[in-house]
Amino acid sequence: MGYLGEIFVMAMTAIFIQNFVLARFLGLCPYLGVSKKLDSALGMGLAVIFVMTLASAITFLINKYLLIRYDLLYLQTIAFILTIAALVQFVEMVIQKNAPALYNSLGVFLPLITTNCAVLGVAILNTTAFRSDGVTAYNFLDSVLNGFFSGVGFTVVLLAMAGLRMRLEKSEIPKSMQGMPIALIIAGIMALAFYGFMGWKI
Amino acid sequence: MNFAKELTKGLIKDNPIFVLVLGMCPTLAVTTSVINALGMGFAATFVLLCSNIIISLIKNITPSKIRIPVYIVVIAAFVSIVDMVMAAYLPALHKSLGLFIPLIVVNCIILGRAEAFASKNNVVMSIADALGMGLGFTLSLSLVGTVREIVGAGTWLGMRVTPLTYDPALIAILAPGAFITLGFLMALMNMLKEKK
Repeated sequence: MGYLGEIFVMAMTAIFIQNFVLARFLGLCPYLGVSKKLDSALGMGLAVIFVMTLASAITFLINKYLLIRYDLLYLQTIAFILTIAALVQFVEMVIQKNAPALYNSLGVFLPLITTNCAVLGVAILNTTAFRSDGVTAYNFLDSVLNGFFSGVGFTVVLLAMAGLRMRLEKSEIPKSMQGMPIALIIAGIMALAFYGFMGWKI
Repeated sequence: MNFAKELTKGLIKDNPIFVLVLGMCPTLAVTTSVINALGMGFAATFVLLCSNIIISLIKNITPSKIRIPVYIVVIAAFVSIVDMVMAAYLPALHKSLGLFIPLIVVNCIILGRAEAFASKNNVVMSIADALGMGLGFTLSLSLVGTVREIVGAGTWLGMRVTPLTYDPALIAILAPGAFITLGFLMALMNMLKEKK
């Protein structure tokens, strides 16, 4: 299998089979918090794709050329989260300057990408991940692509959720189910559907 | 404002999971069994307690512009401690919680309490707040874990509690079951609140 095949496997795994939100439970706060409107969901999704790709690239380099070389792996969590925090600050400034409308609609959630566990999660997962042959550790390009595809997977389910919740507003739901409970149950049904990609029979 | 009030508000009134809806990732990911839920709850409580103490001690010397990075470094330091201690003494639990131990760093509850409470209150109050919130988090996790473990595996803390004729519904301990269980539990809480 050539490298293109490898990329295809990686994309399918990250987007459908091991979806970050529905199978790995990462990035649930924005998934439940920013999925009320389609356009802000799209903005959030794009910001997350961007940050995750960039974070994967930078944390890979830090891990390989700083932490492993100088035997500092115990600092991994601290080093990664600081990198991500700085990156998010940077993305926030860029969006604020170039797209004020988007900045306003994302509001409080942009700084929260720092505490989006999907970003830190993909950085940590990349350090221990293997290609589909099970022996080759991820190289730089693999990590970046994995970050990108994981972000895409997050955005796909975020958009699907936003679409569903917009329709939900028009339907009659028992009072105690409104808001978060029904959103969680829908997420559960979505997760069930995504289990189909894994080939599970329940 | 007194000690007892800060201590108990995390249990019901401001319960981090069912009322504030924070820290969803570990809530859904590690509640496949009660023991995992308890492990996660105590680890997070320890980090919350330590970080609340430190942050409330340094609140006057922290420049407000860089306070979030400062908080994150404090939290990350304690998470690394928990990670290493757990790997050394509780390797089985450490393995089953896996990625979610380092991810305590980005647990919204801990950063949320640092920003909303510890940075504005003294040490004693911050300890009460951390203990109350941590306990509320642990209890809620255990509740979700209890439901999922009983329905999905027929056991509680590893002991069999259902009759042998009960065929465990595996789905409850798989990913979809996590969402659905929490959704129904939350709806139940809302219903009880309305009745009151």
